[in-house]
Amino acid sequence: MARAQEAYDVIIVGSGAAGGMCALILAVNGARVLLLEAGRHYDPVTETPMFQLPDEAPLRGGGTPEKPFGFYDATVDGGWSVPGEPYTSAEGANFRWWRARMLGGRTNHWGRISLRMGPYDFTPRSRDGLGFDWPMTYEDLAPYYDRTEALIGVYGSNEGLENTPDSSPGVLLPPPAPRVHELLTRKVCGEELGIPVVPAHLAILSETQDHEGWPARLFPNNPLAQRVVGESMRSRAACFWATPCGRGCSIKANFQSPTVLLPPALATGNLQVRTDAMVREVTVDARGRANGVHFIDKRTRLDEHVGARVVILAASACESARIMLNSRSGPFPDGIGNGSGLVGKYLMDTVGAGVGGQLPALENMPPHNQDGASAMHLYMPWWLYGEQARGRLDFARGYHIEFGGGRSMPGPGIFGGLERFTHGAYGQRFKEEARRYYGSFLWFDGRGEMIPNEDCYCEIDPDGVDQWGIPTLRFHWRWSSHELNQARHMQHTFRDIIEAMGGTVTSTVHDDGARAIAAPGQIIHEVGGAIMGSDPSRSVLNQYCQSWEVPNLFVADGAGFVSNADKNPTLSIMAVAWRASDYIVDEMRKGTFP
Amino acid sequence: MTRRSALKVIAAAAAAPTVVGCEPGSQEAPPPDATAQPGNPLATGTAWDPDLVAPVVPWERTLTDRELATLAVLCDVIIPADDRSPAASAVGAQDFIDEWVSAPYPGMRRDKVLIRGGLVWLDAESSRRFGEGRAFGDLTDEERRGICDDICYLPEAAEDRKTAARFFAKVRDLTATAFYTTREGMDDLGYVGNSPLARWDAPPPDALRHVGLD
Repeated sequence: MARAQEAYDVIIVGSGAAGGMCALILAVNGARVLLLEAGRHYDPVTETPMFQLPDEAPLRGGGTPEKPFGFYDATVDGGWSVPGEPYTSAEGANFRWWRARMLGGRTNHWGRISLRMGPYDFTPRSRDGLGFDWPMTYEDLAPYYDRTEALIGVYGSNEGLENTPDSSPGVLLPPPAPRVHELLTRKVCGEELGIPVVPAHLAILSETQDHEGWPARLFPNNPLAQRVVGESMRSRAACFWATPCGRGCSIKANFQSPTVLLPPALATGNLQVRTDAMVREVTVDARGRANGVHFIDKRTRLDEHVGARVVILAASACESARIMLNSRSGPFPDGIGNGSGLVGKYLMDTVGAGVGGQLPALENMPPHNQDGASAMHLYMPWWLYGEQARGRLDFARGYHIEFGGGRSMPGPGIFGGLERFTHGAYGQRFKEEARRYYGSFLWFDGRGEMIPNEDCYCEIDPDGVDQWGIPTLRFHWRWSSHELNQARHMQHTFRDIIEAMGGTVTSTVHDDGARAIAAPGQIIHEVGGAIMGSDPSRSVLNQYCQSWEVPNLFVADGAGFVSNADKNPTLSIMAVAWRASDYIVDEMRKGTFP
Repeated sequence: MTRRSALKVIAAAAAAPTVVGCEPGSQEAPPPDATAQPGNPLATGTAWDPDLVAPVVPWERTLTDRELATLAVLCDVIIPADDRSPAASAVGAQDFIDEWVSAPYPGMRRDKVLIRGGLVWLDAESSRRFGEGRAFGDLTDEERRGICDDICYLPEAAEDRKTAARFFAKVRDLTATAFYTTREGMDDLGYVGNSPLARWDAPPPDALRHVGLD
């Protein structure tokens, strides 16, 4: 075992949304930071396949077990299976754990959907008696939402809708104009179904950032922060409305940790990044304080130890829980900071269900560019608060609707469903039918809130070890009727939308929610596993992501989430991580971490 | 930055040789082509980390010349040339199907059995219906349509032609994927994206009128 060459103020484990944010905020405030990333170095500026056509890629770019979202997806050494890094599911659980072993982690692949949790989302138990309340309020986090949105660049609009917060004036970038299929959907949903369709919020620069104004507003009295963040903002181009975000972005128009958070953090001179460093455990001193981490250098396969005054886990909800459970010592026989026994417990994903349809109104559309931001310009926030309050729904909590379609770039599988519409056309008629039907297919996907329950958790598999010698996770899962009924409601709603638009449903609509719902882990929004709280006996962390038992150990990623609102978690992860980082900076200045 | 200039930037970087075909289940890959465009030096070249900017297909194609010739004829029966775009074989649809069925994945291996078996059936059926020794490639357009009309729509195919209909549907889907993912196919459909814009505009008036939103 090699010994630490150098001591750091802070070690951060993971370089994604949480780790990248912590690295930036701590580095601009003068902390000496070491960031450990389990995957390889990755540079979106040089590695992104901008504009490549499908016919340049194997299988026309289609998905494979190693590249589930297609060949050009930015993910490196990731997906639901990572070679040499297995996990297991208890019988019937069928949990699927997505990872991305690369600098920036899953921020490289994510959908950039950046929705704030609303006031209700922080007090779910007070509202309906289920799950847990957060140890913070919307008002506590709102300033950090503003800052995060301004820092990373989010387009969207303020609509004043219930539990769908507005941003402060001037924070959001203007949303792009909707496309034809989005306008048509908005008209039908609004006029016939009472479903609001409003501009989506995505972490994509619809305009360049105000690199002269924002740095001083975000970091008052901090010239270093203003300089590095200003330079970073100036280096980012506005979206040029072409080539999908999921490939990454060489012009830095969308948010990825390696283009937006890590470069300014590195420019401070206070951050060192070590890639291919797979953390196994957090070590403690005789007093039970964290004093460093063990990691395996993936290139040498050697175990190393490095020390620091503060350790921040930001390895993703399940990976952070795994590190805690594997950090067993005299004071912490069941894993570091796990005196409550709750590490690994209350895992949540998002409830997902979808339906596709074909719309005659969109056939033979006059050709025009519909690429746009590649993702949604519009979406539907949850709208049935009143119905739910009156007891007319058979599930708690809500979902939002993501939808898309239109004349996007043809990809593998295009026209695979045409047979039923054309009575098996081939020959010249096939070509004519393809022209007619191209762009006439839409899909609707629900993204809904799962309520934490006792049956959804991960633990160390007594029989499992990965190729780095680290004990692996075993997952347990059971949906409650709230999730299953919600998934059914989603599919029925989407059928109603498609039919109201005069279309034909092209996928199966289930009356059994268990058949409608996506597999756990499939939506890749897992949170929980080291939940926050205000009672040390019933939570792992306080509201600043700080371990109750180990005050210099923080878990800054989604593991601390006590609920999983329908708002995709990445934006909230970053806001919570920024708030925790400010707390750490304040405590360091007070001398809390000697 | 356009793709071309992006490639120039990448070309300026020192390129490491691409390592391919070392994943379980994949087959031995051809040696990297020395004349290929310089790739991404950070990519390790495994199936989980392929070079995204200079892609290679890391498995050998496996269909025979005769199978490819028959497939090319069938692909062109499905997508013939017209005044707007070329035929499927002109953009290599049969080669894409070869790449597909040769891939080291379970779904593709099943497709390989279906397609190779279907090609044998196609020649046998040609012989049976239009004279001993005549293969599908020897038939007239009308004779080929006679066979394809019976198998082009699975729900209405005769019981003893269901498998052939599944074969036809698979080849049609793959031919459409092959054709419409090329520049020629995209032009045929009127896909006009994948090109950088200075600004994003609302839909043009004719598109709005088309859906009654003008």
